Amino acid sequence: MDLRLTPEMEAFRDEVRGFLEAHRDHYATGAAADRPREAALAWQRLLIEHGYAARTIPKEYGGYGAQPDILKTRIIAEEFTRAGAPRGLANQGISMLVPTLLEVGSEEQKQAWISKTLRGEVVWCQGYSEPGAGSDLASLQTKAVEDGDDFVISGQKIWTSTAAQADMIFCLVRTEPDAPKHDGISYLLFSMKTPGIEVRPLKTMTGSAEFNEVFFTDVRVPKSSVVLGRGKGWFVANATLKHERGMLGDPNATEARLHSLIELMKTETVDGRPLIADPVFRDRAMALQSKVLAMKFNGLRGLTASMRGEPAGMAGLVVKLQGCELNHQIAALAIDALGELGVLYEDGPHLRAKGSWQWNYMFDLGLIIGGGTAQIQKNIISERGLGMPREPKLAKA
Amino acid sequence: MDFSITADQKLMQETLVRALGEISSLDRVRAYAGDRGDAGADVWNALKDFGLPGLLIPEEHGGLGLKLLDAVLAAEALGRAVAPVPFLGACLAPLALIGGGSQDQQRTWLPGLAAGDIRAAVAISEPIAGTRDGAGVKAEAGKLTGKALFVEGGLEADLIVVADTGGRLHLVRGDAAGLSRELMVSIDQTRRLAELGFDGVAAEPLSGDLLPRLRDAAWALLAADALGACDVMIEKAVAYAQERKQFGRVIGSFQAVKHMCAEMAAEVEPARSLVWYAAYAFDEGLDDASLCCAHAKAYLGEAGRFVARTSTEVHGGMGITDLLGLHFWFKRIGLDRQLLGGPERVRDWAARLQGLAA
Repeated sequence: MDLRLTPEMEAFRDEVRGFLEAHRDHYATGAAADRPREAALAWQRLLIEHGYAARTIPKEYGGYGAQPDILKTRIIAEEFTRAGAPRGLANQGISMLVPTLLEVGSEEQKQAWISKTLRGEVVWCQGYSEPGAGSDLASLQTKAVEDGDDFVISGQKIWTSTAAQADMIFCLVRTEPDAPKHDGISYLLFSMKTPGIEVRPLKTMTGSAEFNEVFFTDVRVPKSSVVLGRGKGWFVANATLKHERGMLGDPNATEARLHSLIELMKTETVDGRPLIADPVFRDRAMALQSKVLAMKFNGLRGLTASMRGEPAGMAGLVVKLQGCELNHQIAALAIDALGELGVLYEDGPHLRAKGSWQWNYMFDLGLIIGGGTAQIQKNIISERGLGMPREPKLAKA
Repeated sequence: MDFSITADQKLMQETLVRALGEISSLDRVRAYAGDRGDAGADVWNALKDFGLPGLLIPEEHGGLGLKLLDAVLAAEALGRAVAPVPFLGACLAPLALIGGGSQDQQRTWLPGLAAGDIRAAVAISEPIAGTRDGAGVKAEAGKLTGKALFVEGGLEADLIVVADTGGRLHLVRGDAAGLSRELMVSIDQTRRLAELGFDGVAAEPLSGDLLPRLRDAAWALLAADALGACDVMIEKAVAYAQERKQFGRVIGSFQAVKHMCAEMAAEVEPARSLVWYAAYAFDEGLDDASLCCAHAKAYLGEAGRFVARTSTEVHGGMGITDLLGLHFWFKRIGLDRQLLGGPERVRDWAARLQGLAA
């Protein structure tokens, strides 16, 4: 154990801090649900130029081209959080498609898409889940039938974020209906402007449509849109899912949320006393602090393992399950401590924090379910972490 | 930036775990539990070879000169083996002497403690966990009067570090006139607690305000002990679930059972990092050391209770039998939770530390 930074890393921290000081006027947020505006695109270009976005993506594909250095990545994240600076574009194209193409894409696909995606010029959506294929994703049924030089796609996707804004989709379809289910899937890239695609917003309990349903009726796309090869889609998708799991459960964000909760409990009052003076609520806050600290140090332990190229093991497997649940519980305590105020949701003189605690409480339930449900996480922990057997398959009738 | 234990530390811990498998086998623990006359001397003596009694004592006094992080790794190993060893006193008495003892006091006690020939206990429960049943020790003109409860290893200790009601520390010899000791029988049959009576007992004061430091170290050590015991309870549940068959398959292939095991692992794994960090912060004198020692204690108190109960349930009816012996871990974790403050009390203290409670 030695958590001190080397002089080189301290110097790097100063460099990031200096950049953020000097460019305060250029901060611009590109909300995930919208097409980024020009200011956000300009900020993104500036970040790539300085290596604070697309840091390890090779220069030839429009990245900064630095060697992977997990500690520097961490320092960048910490300094941006400290400065309250937007991290640049974060969307599924950047976080999932780009790493996937780097691993398994053809040279032509890399040249065509990576740079434009990084710079926010092309927005992607992800076509994975279907009404009948959630946790059992490999049972997906959207079919792509060969016809000359094209595939003709029909079926339905669901839980598709940013489908309405997206230019392109990376999509799993069944191209080989007679193959075993994992071997019959292909991973396609095609335009959302292709005739036959209909996007319907999917309104959730938060009141807004964070997702969409996407319907395909005889959508014709060239065969060249396949990544890696026909029937290789499951392999390609798993390269991507790996990147998604890493994205969820950021201990810094959780610590920041706990900090907001404690500030709320110090400033809000009931019967003229601050909420934190209530011993029951205070105890709940402290119990959450125990967990937040444990997850923070668990994250540092995982970081050290990654820096050495070692697997994080159990410390990594539990992050999604514990992290999402913890975020949810922090929001739950904020609502409980606010009491009747905690259920207000629309604009009004009594609304607190723009209703964000309620919004988070409801939205986080989606995060507990999405990206591998809590129950699937427990299967993974028990099977990969503890070596327990899989549930036996039912005999085919 | 390196958040891990060193290869040496890992080796030390693994060696200790392996040795304890023999020294403190379940049969040996059973014998200790069943005989109040058995002081576990053979277990203690075997651990002398590992330098365990002198782990935190500087080399100039014959110890290993290691740090709290090393001690919590050892505590984890002892918890794994539910070893009948009063380790708290062996760590905390030297910390008190090093921090607040005169050169004479250090020369008198540390070499014997390091060699394991002198056994120590700490009587610090009242100022940390609260005063019950009229306990508490008053110091007047070099004499101690009153009683101290829940003193682990207090029955056989040759040296006792006693905190008075004002939180000042005193050294008391085990053979001092006016000192009485009674066994307090707890659920945990692997570590014995004592009630100490002081009737004008001669004591030497230690200087400085050392009780907070002893409290921090004790909380980290108890958390580590529970962590080791939790690890074993999870391993035993996983192993049992893969042997036991019902409805024609091992019960570990049922998701209901797998999820119980996954939940235990998910609760406990992050605690390992918290315990390591708390000890590291203590050793380096970092600002959040006290807070993290408290949270380690509180977290393992809660996770420990969950694991102790859930692992027992995975074992079905066998889990509650004496035959299996799982209850030794269940009860070890139960004592670790309450000793020197249960989670609610420790969290209340954590809130005070941050100015969140009056």
